[in-house]
Amino acid sequence: MKNRRVVITGLGVVAPNGMNVSEFSIAIQKGESGVRFIEQLKELNFSCQIAGIPIYNSDYLNNYFNSIQLLGLKATGMEYGVIAGLDAWKDAGLPMSETDTPLWDIGVIFGTGIMGVDKFREAIYKVDEGNVRRLGSTTVIQTMASGISAFLGGILGCGNMVTTNSSACSTGTEAILMAYERIAAGNAEIILAGSTNDSGPYIWGGFDAMRILPHKYNDNPAEASRPMSATANGFVPGSGAGALVIESLESAKKRGATIYAEILGGHVNSGGQRNGGSMTAPNSEAVKQCIRKAVAASGIHADEIDAINGHLTATSKDSTEIQNWCEALGRRGVDFPYINSLKSLVGHCLAASGSIESVATILQLKENFIFGNINCEDLHPEIASLISRERVPVKTIDFSPEIIAKASFGFGDVNACVIFKKYKT
Amino acid sequence: MTEKELLSKLKTIITPYVQNQEGLIKLTEDTDFIKDLEINSANLVDVILDVEDEFDIEIDNDAMEKMLTVKASIEVIADKLAAK
Repeated sequence: MKNRRVVITGLGVVAPNGMNVSEFSIAIQKGESGVRFIEQLKELNFSCQIAGIPIYNSDYLNNYFNSIQLLGLKATGMEYGVIAGLDAWKDAGLPMSETDTPLWDIGVIFGTGIMGVDKFREAIYKVDEGNVRRLGSTTVIQTMASGISAFLGGILGCGNMVTTNSSACSTGTEAILMAYERIAAGNAEIILAGSTNDSGPYIWGGFDAMRILPHKYNDNPAEASRPMSATANGFVPGSGAGALVIESLESAKKRGATIYAEILGGHVNSGGQRNGGSMTAPNSEAVKQCIRKAVAASGIHADEIDAINGHLTATSKDSTEIQNWCEALGRRGVDFPYINSLKSLVGHCLAASGSIESVATILQLKENFIFGNINCEDLHPEIASLISRERVPVKTIDFSPEIIAKASFGFGDVNACVIFKKYKT
Repeated sequence: MTEKELLSKLKTIITPYVQNQEGLIKLTEDTDFIKDLEINSANLVDVILDVEDEFDIEIDNDAMEKMLTVKASIEVIADKLAAK
């Protein structure tokens, strides 16, 4: 039996450079960076004192959480995920369910890397003081990984699969593919898919300690995140959430929903931490296989890909990633697709990166542009030797892409690649 | 502290957790937190912690298990205050 067609009918985003989809779309087209100096990181003696954090005041949460849910809420990832998730739901024109019957055909697959660390810190202090009885009822629900899918599933009344996936920086892209597969196979009609990541020093400290974050840009944060640049020197930590309503074409048509794009297919795999792959670096063979299998599963030819939204974190691995794309697609020089990295604008949003970057990718298909890579005027010479300079736009260009490939790679040597297409009947 | 004052303070404490506002309007001594006010049972521990903070008392597990109605709660609080 042929798989059913699957489309995207709603988007939501909470990003360092935009608190909703329209702000975010404008920011990425204008090249507005969301990377800022963070006083707290300076006070805590971080080498890297800059980060991408979504900016909003606490009143804003009243639009998404009821007063009971807000009591003792101390989990930024929960805030970002619920805001993005509910925005995507509304954007898809789906109603808030008032009935007692769960929505059996609607699920939630919302990933995270770690959540509620500030809540967990509060709990650790109380436990260590011998005061566990004073923790209150909210510690578990805010620190369990699946807290985010549980919150969203409960608010919306979802009765299909409600789960949280976790695969480091490929989490968001993986969630989209899990949703796609479940719907394509006929096991669900709609899935709210996405991912979220906490912000703050306890999240980023470990990366700072690994000396993989840039430390020379504390005075000019907007220039710090430099994917594909000769002067790239580490990823800027970010945070936020992205959410997509993924739906069978049949259901979307029946509802008369606006369709942003179609998901043609994709692939997830692992390099097994063999053959150059490790806990922190991808096995190039696995990356190439992931891309090739995604293309094959989508029923397209590699030549049909108009643009790539890469993983491209702004480390020395960027050149390797470009080489892998070249070999996997059999394309180079002027024949290479346009390529960009959202990380130049918001930093690396870790578990949230795949979903936020997918929202950016889908906006390109819907609104006909390729956003520019800021901080990449000095293209890395190894990349310049593989692909044409004009394939890496530094300013947003008017272009109507038909097919865009999006990939994410994560710690643990795990990969995910999804192929999006402009929707046509 | 009079029983009226205790009731008034208790009402303020439970208000944020109440899901049935009508029950709050009709609040009497016999009001049951879960049945009449639809307070989520998980939130009862938060009510207890707020009571501890407000009255500067400590409520042990045995006493906590009794605090399911307004009347029982006021009795426990009054006892703990008297023992201070």
